[in-house]
Amino acid sequence: MTSNGSTNGTSSHASDTATWTVKAGLAQMLKGGVIMDVVTPEHAEIAQEAGACAVMALERVPSDIRAAGGVARMSHVRMIKEIQATVSIPVMAKARIGHFVEAQILEAIGVDYVDESEVLTPADDVHHIDKHNFKVPFVCGCRNLGEALRRISEGAAMIRTKGEAGTGDIVEAVRHMRSLWSDIRRIQGMRDDELYVVAKDMQVPIDLVRQVRTLGKLPVTNFSAGGVASPADAALMMQLGAEGVFVGSGIFKSGAELDDGTASGHKKMLDSQRAMATAIVKAVTHFNDPQILAEVSMEIPDSMRGQSVSSMAPSELLAGRGN
Amino acid sequence: MTPATSGSRAPASDRERALIGVLALQGDFAEHIASLRACGVEGIEAVEVRTLEQLAAVDGLIIPGGESTTIARLLIAFGLMEPLRDRIRAGLPAWGTCAGAIMLANEVTNLDRPPIAAMDITVERNAFGRQIDSFEADLDIAGMEGPPLRAVFIRAPVITRAGAGVEVLSRIEDGRIVAARQGRLLATSFHPELTADHRMHALFARMVLGAMASSAVGTT
Repeated sequence: MTSNGSTNGTSSHASDTATWTVKAGLAQMLKGGVIMDVVTPEHAEIAQEAGACAVMALERVPSDIRAAGGVARMSHVRMIKEIQATVSIPVMAKARIGHFVEAQILEAIGVDYVDESEVLTPADDVHHIDKHNFKVPFVCGCRNLGEALRRISEGAAMIRTKGEAGTGDIVEAVRHMRSLWSDIRRIQGMRDDELYVVAKDMQVPIDLVRQVRTLGKLPVTNFSAGGVASPADAALMMQLGAEGVFVGSGIFKSGAELDDGTASGHKKMLDSQRAMATAIVKAVTHFNDPQILAEVSMEIPDSMRGQSVSSMAPSELLAGRGN
Repeated sequence: MTPATSGSRAPASDRERALIGVLALQGDFAEHIASLRACGVEGIEAVEVRTLEQLAAVDGLIIPGGESTTIARLLIAFGLMEPLRDRIRAGLPAWGTCAGAIMLANEVTNLDRPPIAAMDITVERNAFGRQIDSFEADLDIAGMEGPPLRAVFIRAPVITRAGAGVEVLSRIEDGRIVAARQGRLLATSFHPELTADHRMHALFARMVLGAMASSAVGTT
């Protein structure tokens, strides 16, 4: 196994685990799909049934993390294991930025991907996890190309633009995706000798800058996260260049008003969430077909109420954590 | 085999090339399209398939890697499952990689939706465990010239039973089957679309061209 992002460091063995190809490869299998935040096995079941390509096991969805305040940590191991036992699709889980022991624990229980996430309270305000040291692959957030390439140089095998989690406001997700692609297009128009300054300014390895210019995209799969609350939002992010979407609060915070505390109210809420989840999955597949998007949008309940990012104080924003 | 370019082929169509579709509901369909375009076989064109019209137009189909539950649900949701099954059973050449192999199998352990069920094999999902057990290995493929194929297995299935008409193309070291062919159908546990070795794509492209040539002979 090599840790420098290539598979040619050692001679070819009969069988190698945790190679870069294998780590980045799972993210490639998730493309065109929706990864859903779930906090219970019941949610995980609904997500799988709706066609999620993976679930993200969390203690609370981001909007509840916002509401509750306090310190947000890795989810309870017992809950993650219950979710693993419930679904056959990949199970991801979040570790705090820089908290490599949470990541070790998640690897030990066999999660399929670790999200080193700004949505949780950072454990280290300087360093990220050295992700090359793990067999489990990592996904990390970014607001722009520099952040993305720094995370990849640390070993991230998948990237998601951050957006602003738990708001139901798509504006930050759009800003981050546009920024990323704008930088990629700018680099593609550059001469060889101009790339050094880009690497210097972005504080990233020159090799990754060269790779981005050659590929015309990030060298790993890139999803969108943070604010998707409707099928239209999901399709918007796909048309802006996402290869798939993460949806958190947008599904399991929708329809909350239907749960009046009775069993039938609870069921109505779950049915409504199921409808939203299914519609977002369909919208990601047919993100370029307005006719199908219109049909899909007929089937959905009201989106979560949400919170406009422009009304929030800078200290309330999560995306600036871990740059 | 050289592609059939004579006018004797496909009289109902004025297409010069074989149209090879890649089912593009979810998964790594873009990688398959890139591999087909790079595989060096002349006379093929690669296209994404998401709709009934696109499915009707293709001469061969790849079902890519992805999540088999997701792909199965989307096939059903968009009314593609029955038409796809009908076309494959009527002789459309098809190749499934990983999730795609699961979709083609007659029997799947641990899948709650019926797959396309066209190939006489039984497939076990996630046969190697979770992602940390995913791996790469060198494989010998029956009939393939050159060095062993570097194969990438990601949360991969294995073929636990191959029926009488099924040719086993490759096994891993412990003997389990990871590639098989039955007539015009091909199933692989691994992902040739993730490497720069396009020999499996060339193999399938020639299967599609061969099927077109033989059906053209049959109709003239």
